[in-house]
Amino acid sequence: MDAFIHQVLAGLATGGIYASLALALVMIYQATHLVNFAQGELAMFATYIAWSLINAGMPYWGAFFLTVGLAFVLGVVIERVVIRPVENSSVLSVVVVFIALLVILNSVTGWIYTYTIKTFPSPFPEQPFFGNRYMSSHEIGAIGVTLVVLLLLYAFFRFTPLGLAMRAAAQNPESSRLVGIRVGWMLALGWGLAAAIGSVAGMMVAPIVFLDPNMMGGILLYAFAGALVGGIDNPWGAVFGGFLVGVLENVLGAFVIGNELKLAVALVLIIGVLTVKPSGFFGKVHVTRV
Amino acid sequence: MALLEAANLHASYGQTRVLHGMSFSMEEGTITTLLGANGAGKTTTLRALCGMVRTQGEIRFGGQRIDGRATEDIVRLGIAHVPDGRGTFANLSTEENLLLGAYTRKDRDAVQTDLERMYGYFPRLKERRAQQAGTLSGGEQQMLAVSRALMLRPKLMLLDEPSFGLAPLIVKELFGILRTVNENERVSMLVVEQNAAMALDLADHAYLIETGRIMLSGTSDDIKKDDAVRRSYLGY
Repeated sequence: MDAFIHQVLAGLATGGIYASLALALVMIYQATHLVNFAQGELAMFATYIAWSLINAGMPYWGAFFLTVGLAFVLGVVIERVVIRPVENSSVLSVVVVFIALLVILNSVTGWIYTYTIKTFPSPFPEQPFFGNRYMSSHEIGAIGVTLVVLLLLYAFFRFTPLGLAMRAAAQNPESSRLVGIRVGWMLALGWGLAAAIGSVAGMMVAPIVFLDPNMMGGILLYAFAGALVGGIDNPWGAVFGGFLVGVLENVLGAFVIGNELKLAVALVLIIGVLTVKPSGFFGKVHVTRV
Repeated sequence: MALLEAANLHASYGQTRVLHGMSFSMEEGTITTLLGANGAGKTTTLRALCGMVRTQGEIRFGGQRIDGRATEDIVRLGIAHVPDGRGTFANLSTEENLLLGAYTRKDRDAVQTDLERMYGYFPRLKERRAQQAGTLSGGEQQMLAVSRALMLRPKLMLLDEPSFGLAPLIVKELFGILRTVNENERVSMLVVEQNAAMALDLADHAYLIETGRIMLSGTSDDIKKDDAVRRSYLGY
């Protein structure tokens, strides 16, 4: 029983990381109806920036916040420079650009930092909090950080005029222009926010999986599964799905199918959801009249 | 000086030319209507004024050239467009829809006052303030669209078929409020309508459009007396 509880809780910790990344995917999806395949590599690249900053002697939290800021700027710049020119092209062109971004970010990181695996520090103490037997401090801390990020995002979108404008622009670009919203910039801000959220996910997962240019591959897959399970157009669904996938992955990996097949859980979930219930648990069912 | 002036305005969707050199103008504080059959180019004219279609020719607003500018910049000059199909933000609440109308304004306190003023004009919207706007009835969504446009505190309002799909009683209420707004707040209005009788009663001036050209213009009273208009658009 103890082992089971331990696996569930550890699953919640990684699930929170999947939830953040799933949320980043959903944010871009809502505005563009496309899944940004480069979201994971953006997070990985940002984590390397954090690693450089920490190695240069910066205190952890200083590096953390600076990285979040830099990731935001990177997201905005990528949208303005790379995505904007293909904004109105066919879906395939944009997807190819996403994949190109993925490969470019991956190789550039490998080229700058080499493919040697690096350790990444955790800001949380090595001793478990309050001497509990179930979760390491990093796991509890990662959940806490995830919850803070979610709360901040919720407050931003729910209570600020800019958040409202971003929601409006994603939903109805034409009407948004008619009330004076600069829709293009809202999209760029969305990219910035998604990249910033991703960078937090990257910094939280790096102490667990270690830092290497391919570290986000599997995680993006889990996040994608989480977003689909919850419903790719529903931010709350994505968060729920992320946590669910984290727990499922851990419990199934530990007791049912073994660690080697863990990643298959994500793929089975993706295929299962797409064939049985494409809108996910909380997604909108799209009905078209013909 | 005219508030709005279009000179030799051309517009096209891809290869299809819709407006063929239209010229018209309207004075500040007045209501002007554009009449015409389906496909005459009424909606396109409004879209052209807002930079939503590619145009040639000159458009001046308060003396300033606005043709070729981005829609969001034109809106910021004080032109509010109530679009064809109402442009509701369906997944947002009624109140959020209204607040978006005031997105470009910085005077947050006055925005709150205006919000209450809209609820005064349309008490139905107040009842539904927290409801998802997409679930509102057609009439309520039209009221919302008009209120959202007014939240900008516009100098000029462009209304695209405000009576479309509404019950006669609701149309009467809506037009009554448009007149009140025009008289009390000196908001100029350019109204596109298929319901020519209603539009001529509301407006001071009218233009008749046929296939992207101005065929006739004058005060509403003169236009009402025109034989051709009476037969073709007023039906008696």
